[in-house]
Amino acid sequence: MKKENSKIILTGAIIGIAAVILVALGNPKNMGFCIACFIRDITGSLKLHNVEKLQYARPEIFAILLGSFIIAKIKKEYKSTGGSSPIIRFVLGFFIMIGALVFLGCPLRMVLRLGGGDGKAIFALFGFIAGIYSGSKFLGQGFSLGRTYKIEKNNGYIFISIISFLTILSALGVIGNLDKTTHAPFIASFTFAIIVGIMAQRTRFCMVGGYRDIFLFKDFKLFYGSLSLLIVVLIGNIITNNFSFSITMTNAIWFFLSMGLVGFAAALAGGCPLRQLILAGEGNSDSIITIIGMIFGAAISHNFAIASSPTTVNTNGKIAVIIGLLIISAIALIITKQKKEELKKLGL
Amino acid sequence: MDIKKIDARGQSCPIPVVLAKKAIDKNPKKLEIIVDNVAAKENVTRFAKTMGYNVNIEENDIDDIILKIEK
Repeated sequence: MKKENSKIILTGAIIGIAAVILVALGNPKNMGFCIACFIRDITGSLKLHNVEKLQYARPEIFAILLGSFIIAKIKKEYKSTGGSSPIIRFVLGFFIMIGALVFLGCPLRMVLRLGGGDGKAIFALFGFIAGIYSGSKFLGQGFSLGRTYKIEKNNGYIFISIISFLTILSALGVIGNLDKTTHAPFIASFTFAIIVGIMAQRTRFCMVGGYRDIFLFKDFKLFYGSLSLLIVVLIGNIITNNFSFSITMTNAIWFFLSMGLVGFAAALAGGCPLRQLILAGEGNSDSIITIIGMIFGAAISHNFAIASSPTTVNTNGKIAVIIGLLIISAIALIITKQKKEELKKLGL
Repeated sequence: MDIKKIDARGQSCPIPVVLAKKAIDKNPKKLEIIVDNVAAKENVTRFAKTMGYNVNIEENDIDDIILKIEK
């Protein structure tokens, strides 16, 4: 096994272990280590939505940003950049969150749900892969959000500072609803997440990239990471007696379409929610805008009954997913058409 | 013969690798790709090597990384 591959397999495994242990320590079951859920709860901590049990600026997000930030600084990969289609990225982040909250989970949690025996997540996985396949087709034909530029270096420090501030206020109970939001102890969440942040920065771990690179380049490196995550969660859940297999066809089409939306939008945005956080830690303002789009998406989802509950997919959720797929398709088609002409001029 | 040069600075992955692939699909003997981030350097290098090319890496002091790709 190549050294590069063993590192990404280890990263996937550590995310899996973190998820299983954080659930055992108090994180909601199978939320474990869901980036979309954590971001939604940050949104709630600011009362941008009013679901009382989803209001806590989870330390996992701050710690992932910090881990990536520190290791990027040490490895001299930290660079304040921005200016690559910020508003399109905002829209992509928005719909990534809409899709994730209709399915109830980001790509990480989808794998965690699979590993817990939730058969409905299989439909989501198929949708996710179909979405990434569509995104990859456009990328292969030249889709790009345009180049990024070096920007004033302090830009890169602002987002992580804001998140650290919110995290402290929330942990102290000044903002949010710490008592009603189920959570693992601060120190446990923080420790696991900073390790994940460091390892994911080094290995470029990405749930979307795993499939995208197979479709585009037959490169399996990133895929091994998500495979190892699934295997570890499966074993972990069996050991801790959290595995129970069930499957129904109810809403299967909506799980397929909602994660299809996540896969499609995230492929165009250059990575899954975890990867966006890692890039944000490296000083990438484009990814920060994507995350802010996700925060906005979380607020809209909960304020307008778009987010699903564990038992039902709401009509508004279904409408939002369809609108999302149409808008993302339009973005992909229009930009790819323009980029193809540019590439032709370059003789590619 | 002119060496094909591709400027992929400011592009984040997978775009630099897509550009590399488009150029490599035409089976050139030599190719130069300029990138400016480490992930792009790693990914383009890995791709070029699996396609049977050698890669020489030159870095300058303004963060440009020039990947000289050769059969």
